[in-house]
Amino acid sequence: MRTALRRIAATTFVSLVLAFFALPMLWLASAPFNADPKINVSLPSFTLENFRVLMDDPYALRSLRNSVILAAGTALVVVVFAALAAYALSRVRLPGRDVLLYLLLLLSSIITGTAAMVPIFLLATQLHLVDSHLGVVLVLSGGLLPTAIFLLKDFTDATPASYEEAARVFGASPLQTLRHVVVPVIRPGLAMVGIWTVAQVWGDFLMPFLLLRDPDKAPASVIMYTFYTEGGQPDLALISTFSLLYSVPVVAMYLLVSRRYGFRFHGGIKR
Amino acid sequence: MTGDRREPAGVGLSALTKDYPGGVRAVDGLDLDVPDGAFFALLGPSGCGKTTLLRTIAGLESATSGTVRIGDRDVTRLPPGLRDVGMVFQDYALFPHMTVADNIAYPLRIKKVGKGDRRAAAAAVASSLGLSDLLERRPAELSGGQQQRVALARAMAARPKVFLLDEPLSNLDARLRLEARTFLKKLQHELGVTTLFVTHDQAEALAMADRIAVMEAGRIRQVGTPAEVFRRPANLFVASFIGSTPMNLVDARVTGGLVEAAGARLRPPVHVDDGEQVVYGVRPEYLDFSPTPVDEAFHGRVVVVENLGTSSLVTLETGDGVLVHVVVPEDAEPEPGGEGWAAPRPGRALLYREGDLMQNDVTAAA
Repeated sequence: MRTALRRIAATTFVSLVLAFFALPMLWLASAPFNADPKINVSLPSFTLENFRVLMDDPYALRSLRNSVILAAGTALVVVVFAALAAYALSRVRLPGRDVLLYLLLLLSSIITGTAAMVPIFLLATQLHLVDSHLGVVLVLSGGLLPTAIFLLKDFTDATPASYEEAARVFGASPLQTLRHVVVPVIRPGLAMVGIWTVAQVWGDFLMPFLLLRDPDKAPASVIMYTFYTEGGQPDLALISTFSLLYSVPVVAMYLLVSRRYGFRFHGGIKR
Repeated sequence: MTGDRREPAGVGLSALTKDYPGGVRAVDGLDLDVPDGAFFALLGPSGCGKTTLLRTIAGLESATSGTVRIGDRDVTRLPPGLRDVGMVFQDYALFPHMTVADNIAYPLRIKKVGKGDRRAAAAAVASSLGLSDLLERRPAELSGGQQQRVALARAMAARPKVFLLDEPLSNLDARLRLEARTFLKKLQHELGVTTLFVTHDQAEALAMADRIAVMEAGRIRQVGTPAEVFRRPANLFVASFIGSTPMNLVDARVTGGLVEAAGARLRPPVHVDDGEQVVYGVRPEYLDFSPTPVDEAFHGRVVVVENLGTSSLVTLETGDGVLVHVVVPEDAEPEPGGEGWAAPRPGRALLYREGDLMQNDVTAAA
């Protein structure tokens, strides 16, 4: 009897906590279809008007495309360079290798975008990288690479060197070894780092806000901040609709990768 | 099994040295000649440089000095892929993302053999090793013994001149190991391809190889057939390393033409001068135990009796505290605590002076 009561109490508590955290999601799912959304969750009087207004906005769709460009570009740079660096770091005995890695990791987490804002802007100006997607991709890659290398090195460390040696004995060139053996074996790690990078870039506001002056080039995270009414109030209808569109690609990506790799993102391939 | 003729391909090493950065000399000026078609064991304790030697022959390590010859080609400076060797790694190193068929066909893929041809070749090699039903599986879905055979099949696929096997049996459990031992020996005999394998297990080397090189600290201490290495170890290191039950090695002194060891006065197997300090060696299997006094025998108290299955290992403690081991056939085991005598069989005892076996033709008759 007492255990039953305790379980009812526990379940009620957990449900309340879940409901608390689920509310914003519910709002995100319902508000875009509401003609006049407020900061509350209500059954909408169903309308697609908000989507129509958003389609007419000159910046909304283009900003999503810009987000895709930035995220994909950064993911490509980060995955390629992190893979090469992690592979080299785990195969070549370098004095002070681990210290170097930890130092990079530490510095990249201490010196955040906000702290490095001014020097990065000055550097970008000097290099004529202001107002270009390439500039944002490079700056974001620089910030994400230390962590990406750190994550991937775990995967390359867990891959026995005998795989590569076997390929070498059978005559494979270094490039063939990389293509036939190393990349397929650490593919789950590459996927993880790729997704993590996309998610980071997708939600990043500061760097694109700082480095892209032209609203035509701004990504969704920046454009989101322009949805205000003439009175300076946030336009909840547009913001919620845009937020829904903004989150769909990330959710889709997670679902896709989860199906492909089952979220076994740890410890490399089982041998 | 493959049927076609191969050009002879022995392996020759001369003055081969491998230094690791940091001053560790793993292989030390080593000369070795492995005849064509031999099943050759590199045997030694861990850290003796046997794996490094194998890897240097494969080309995975580069020699610091000296030469490696395969067939009549000097391959010292060639990359591994051009040396025409097939290697089986200790952990088999099967590519986890490829099927068994793709794994076996990989060397042919590198050689740019067409897809159809290499599938056919892989299937042929696989069927000769009894792997036909497993071609579409991944390595993770195979047992240890099956993985080993896939690794062998992959090494065989490109028909190399030489096989190199790094601890081929150490990843298998005990029962499978015995089976694999027989399988490997039969396979090597059928293929007739020069094969070098590395092992730290002397029983494995004795059982499988035609010839054994015993290594210590980067050098070869003895090369010979299993029988030679077992019966006449060239030095104390080999004597103590070879044999499942270690050889009795007793410090001895020569007086009056006889060897005085642990209280026993024994006839020397070779000519020695009076006053010489030697080590008297005899295997426990070559000692005859007697519960009653006999001449020219070790005498002591039975302290331990260990059952070996069809025989027992009896440990005698002699008057001056030396332990002598004797193998006693079943049903003849003494009780611990009693007295015992252990007499060396004629022609089976060995004498070592300054660590090396004393050779003497006179003893051949003994």
